[in-house]
Amino acid sequence: MSSKIKLIGLSSALSVMALSAAAQDPVSLTIVSWGGAYTASQQRAYHEPYMEMNPHVTIINDDGSANALAGLRAQAQAGNVTWDLVDMLPSDAQLACDEGIILQIDHDEMLAAAPDGTPASEDFLPGSLGECFIPQIVYSTVLTYRPDAFPEDNQPSSIADLFDVENFPGRRALQDRPGTNLEWALYADGVDPDDIYDVLATPEGVDRAFAKLDTIKDHIVFWTEGAQAPQLLADGEVAFATGYNGRMFDAIEVEGMNADIIWDGQVVEWDGWVVPADGPNLDLVMEYLYFATDTQRLADQAKFISYGPARASSAALVGEHADLGIDMGPHMPTAPENYFSPIVLDNDFWVDYGDELRERFANWMLQ
Amino acid sequence: MAMADATDQHGAPTDSKGRLLTSDGTPLRRALERANRRRKLTALALVGPLLAFILIFFAFPIAQMMWRSVDNPQVVDALPRTLEALQAWDGRDVPPEPVFAALHADMMEDLDRTRREQKFGPLGIRLNYELSAARSAISRTARSVPGFEAPYRDAFTDAHRLWGQPELWRVIKREGRPLTLSYYVAALDREYDEFGDIVKRDENRRIYVNLFGRTLALSLAITFMTFLLGFPIAYYLSILPMRHANLLMIAVLLPFWTSLLVRTSAWIVLLQQQGVINNTLVALGIIGDDGRFSLIYNQTGTIIAMTHILLPFMVLPLYSVMRTIPPSYMRAAKSLGATPWTAFRRVYFPQTLPGIGAGGVLVFIISIGYYITPALVGGQSGRMISNEIARHIQQSLNWGLAAALGTMLLVGVLVLYWLYNRLVGADSLKLG
Repeated sequence: MSSKIKLIGLSSALSVMALSAAAQDPVSLTIVSWGGAYTASQQRAYHEPYMEMNPHVTIINDDGSANALAGLRAQAQAGNVTWDLVDMLPSDAQLACDEGIILQIDHDEMLAAAPDGTPASEDFLPGSLGECFIPQIVYSTVLTYRPDAFPEDNQPSSIADLFDVENFPGRRALQDRPGTNLEWALYADGVDPDDIYDVLATPEGVDRAFAKLDTIKDHIVFWTEGAQAPQLLADGEVAFATGYNGRMFDAIEVEGMNADIIWDGQVVEWDGWVVPADGPNLDLVMEYLYFATDTQRLADQAKFISYGPARASSAALVGEHADLGIDMGPHMPTAPENYFSPIVLDNDFWVDYGDELRERFANWMLQ
Repeated sequence: MAMADATDQHGAPTDSKGRLLTSDGTPLRRALERANRRRKLTALALVGPLLAFILIFFAFPIAQMMWRSVDNPQVVDALPRTLEALQAWDGRDVPPEPVFAALHADMMEDLDRTRREQKFGPLGIRLNYELSAARSAISRTARSVPGFEAPYRDAFTDAHRLWGQPELWRVIKREGRPLTLSYYVAALDREYDEFGDIVKRDENRRIYVNLFGRTLALSLAITFMTFLLGFPIAYYLSILPMRHANLLMIAVLLPFWTSLLVRTSAWIVLLQQQGVINNTLVALGIIGDDGRFSLIYNQTGTIIAMTHILLPFMVLPLYSVMRTIPPSYMRAAKSLGATPWTAFRRVYFPQTLPGIGAGGVLVFIISIGYYITPALVGGQSGRMISNEIARHIQQSLNWGLAAALGTMLLVGVLVLYWLYNRLVGADSLKLG
């Protein structure tokens, strides 16, 4: 009798071992992100430590985030989902979520709590969590200028100066989309940052923003790709350029470009993960996400790129740049000395009004 | 097997009706038919794989794209009861209570479906194409709908202001059909007014018609530029001895072998305001420092870069035609008293027309759908309709509108080709 029990015990132990061996079969996760310095920062802060802990997992980077929405829909419609995890903007995530092609997220259930026990839903910065969206970073669109384009006693310092071509002459590089530009036009026209989207939701508000943009129209060079903005500044093609703060940090601190960032009116947005529904390795992805979005990992990413971690508990852990040795704190969009008049991008607004405003903006650019 | 009953006057075997027979006795006609059929089948088997490939990867996706431009399942799928209740509605004021009750029932049913099957997400995205903020009207209401109680009309209008506006209901009723023309209406810069008539859009929202016009104009300009530059090159190539011609040919083909991004970046370095060309001109004192030319991020940039890229498509057909023109024709013309110019104009040039036609059609059709180069060097004024199509496919996810624009582009190209065929004749094309 007892030997029989032993036998059962042994065989079940064996089957458990067989199971865990099966779990250790080599797997590869395809993670879609933005490429360049951004993917590199994720590679070093998330992927490499995770692969070290789980030697059977290989992470493959796919630089498809710019067209992730189309990719997700195409894969879902073809019934052949090959992406495991996708990095995208919250407005795109909202569209994908509405279509039901990415998973809904129960943040407290699926994500790690802060070290002090604060649940994830309270630890992530207010307004950053989406139905299907897990934020990683805060980034902002900032105004940058060349100090040598203006006399030393008359340097620009605010968004209003961008719209003041008399005191601050020179060409301005703006992105060729309505987002950020319309917000800044209203802000420079005297609208309070908190009221911008209420004003922009009315036809009169839109007219007002375009009228303000009209005043600098002849001085604008439009850029499309993120890399173009620092390039235009570095080449001396423009005196002002709008751009993503991480790219500007890279150009100024790493490449040594002669330019300064104006943090006034920075337009703040999140970037983060979504999980394709019906992905090939859902359980493993959830395990990876739990690891990659914890307090320490988010703080680690800031060692490699100047975007702010999306968790409040990570802020204190942000240290020096891994290669440059610069203290990264003051370069974060969320640093108190930079975060004095932020405009928080309203994704719901842009999902609702984006089509209409973009048409009007495209029309305006051509006139 | 029928035996020969007789022979004809040449001694060939015939059957009783006088039909020719083969040596084994089958009627000759049938034997020939059989041999022909076998040959046809062999030919079909040889081209079969290519035919299947073209059908599956070319014809079928195009048909599917055209289908997408009219396919309109979202409203019908999500709101069956509401659409039925809306049939009696006159389209003037906010619909009566039964319509809201039907909407409530439709929404409640949708909440029971699994996430992947839910219809209201796609519905919101679809309605937002027609009316801004319709998406959030749907998604915000869907969240609170389980708590709604009769009268539903007030509950809905409290949840989102748009439910209290006839505009949203008109859109729902109009798009409550499995097929729609509204993507084409939008692609033509038009919209439906409150009476359901198609009217021009507000002036500051019109973009596509102008873009089609600009695409056409830019493509024609690029085609003309490639002709202007390509004709002398092709002529020079055709009269050079073979080994020199090959060397020059490599120079012509070099753009083909260079990465598109490398070429484009090179143009940026050359053309920008602080670039090589402008700096040289300023250093030589030809232009002042504040008079630098804008050569890139506008139409000029698109024309220069695309002319460079598409030049081989003009040179190759021209070259292949010019090589076949015997030099003796020109000599004959001159010996008969023609000046060099007359000889060129009346004897040489007409013979190159098939090459010009082929190169022109090729360059024009490629450039009308080109989008990477315009996106990189075209700035705003140098962008083309394909950039807009790519944007709707990849970013705004409005595939219906992208399909409508794409179908219009396709039909436009086919019409132009048909015109070319009527005026010049497609059989005169000579591609090499």
